[in-house]
Amino acid sequence: MNIEETPLPGIGVRRELRLSSGRRVGVVTHRDGQTELILSRVDDPDACAASIPLSAEEAAGLGSLLGSAQLIAQLTAEHENISGVTTHQILIRKGSAFAGRPLGDTHMRTRTGTSIVALLRDGKVIGSPRPDEVLHVDDMVVIVGTDQGLADAAQILQSRL
Amino acid sequence: MDGTALSLIQLGVVFFGLGFLGRLAGRIGMSPVPLYLLGGLAFGEGGFITFAGIEDFAHIASEIGVILLLLMLGLEYTAKELVTGLKQSWMAGLVDLVLNMLPGIAVALILGWGPVGALVMAGVTYSSSSGIIAKVLGDLGRLGNRETPVVLSILVFEDLAMAAYLPILTTVLAGVSFMGGLTALGISLAVITVVLVGALRYGHLVSNLLDSPDRESFLLKLLGAALLVAGLASALHVSAAVGAFLLGIAISGGTAENATRVLEPLRDLFAAMFFVLFGLNTDPRTIPPVLGVALLLALVTTITKVATGWWAAGRQGIGVPGRARAGAALIARGEFSIVIAGLAVASGVVPVELAALSTTYVLIMAVSGPVAARYVEPVVALFQGKKPEPVF
Repeated sequence: MNIEETPLPGIGVRRELRLSSGRRVGVVTHRDGQTELILSRVDDPDACAASIPLSAEEAAGLGSLLGSAQLIAQLTAEHENISGVTTHQILIRKGSAFAGRPLGDTHMRTRTGTSIVALLRDGKVIGSPRPDEVLHVDDMVVIVGTDQGLADAAQILQSRL
Repeated sequence: MDGTALSLIQLGVVFFGLGFLGRLAGRIGMSPVPLYLLGGLAFGEGGFITFAGIEDFAHIASEIGVILLLLMLGLEYTAKELVTGLKQSWMAGLVDLVLNMLPGIAVALILGWGPVGALVMAGVTYSSSSGIIAKVLGDLGRLGNRETPVVLSILVFEDLAMAAYLPILTTVLAGVSFMGGLTALGISLAVITVVLVGALRYGHLVSNLLDSPDRESFLLKLLGAALLVAGLASALHVSAAVGAFLLGIAISGGTAENATRVLEPLRDLFAAMFFVLFGLNTDPRTIPPVLGVALLLALVTTITKVATGWWAAGRQGIGVPGRARAGAALIARGEFSIVIAGLAVASGVVPVELAALSTTYVLIMAVSGPVAARYVEPVVALFQGKKPEPVF
């Protein structure tokens, strides 16, 4: 896969990928650091269907979302061979009994037999979190286990105070 | 009321009025330049008020306005961008130059303005407004389009062409002999080459000299250097504007970005003064007689710019809608046409109708350019007989 780089004199630089579907997707970086996400049109590949300005934070968030989607896909693929084991994502909602408490307090493995393999926070991936890692509201907890174990885990993490 | 009080009140009225015009332009999404010109026209000779008290200030302010316009144009592109742009787009640039200077030359010769008038009008019809075009492309979300680099590289070429054109123009306007003109051109071409090469290798030296962590001293050093270089260039008959432009190119990297940020408000202030003064010095009663010519010139030069963009984009393998978009994007003329006409009018060697024609022409093109850029797509789709398709 190659990234094509085109200078835009006076404005900045454009970097784009040509997807296997033939569409272009990329980023225009302005000189002042502002970024725009671009996506080419289907009926007119020279033009853009969307050109979305992103703040630095949003751009970083989108970048790691794409990265973490891949991580989850990878985890799922790794556990696919073991029958009866799946990967599940559970969101820590506001008011959850475990928001603000360390991961170890859930005693997840002892109670359900599942293991927490990653946390997604602010678009970043925290792989193999330690028991002293404190859970935040809006954290996405990635768990591997049996169907029954995952259902129990969801109940624990979503239990309210 | 003493003189100072009167001058302050007059200046206050001018800036306040311009502020409103600028806001209005922003509301309807157009460049403020045509509105500033209209404002100047309304208050000038044959208009409502005269500004006897601020003439001296307005004159020097508008000179500074031109210097800042060109300095910022130079800051916009790095020397590297200019050189690679020149390598990639010289052919499209030449087509642009020939196609768009010819209508100006023709109209001046037909109206009997002689070779000097022809040289001036060639510049007026040639230079697209990089300010308007860059803004329109951003607003319409076309920075990711494949034809956009083609449009931008033509603008880069035009700016380099200005660096050669302006010294020729100033020497011709000054009535210097043919040999004198050649010398000035030689000097300026040599200086341009030295500056470009110098900026590529030693641009950081100029930047280091001017750079300062303190915003205030940075601004003063920048403005001082710009006026100094412009004044020296003017003394050498190389045109103050070109001096400022070359200084802008020589400043590079982070310093250039900071300089743009610091100078922008000053440029807006003084350039507004320049456009108003140009409008003020144009008698509105001279406009109706040239209106027909201006409309015809607008039509012809719209076609020539569209043809330029169409051809240049086609060479990059871009499809019909993209070629039409590239052509329409290039139509807008603006600040630099007025800078050129302003230099000519100030020298007094061109007929007064030239100011009227240039003003009217720029009013038409600065307004119609962005409109054309916006509506070219549906028009092309209509011609191709295509129904609108889902874009995602």
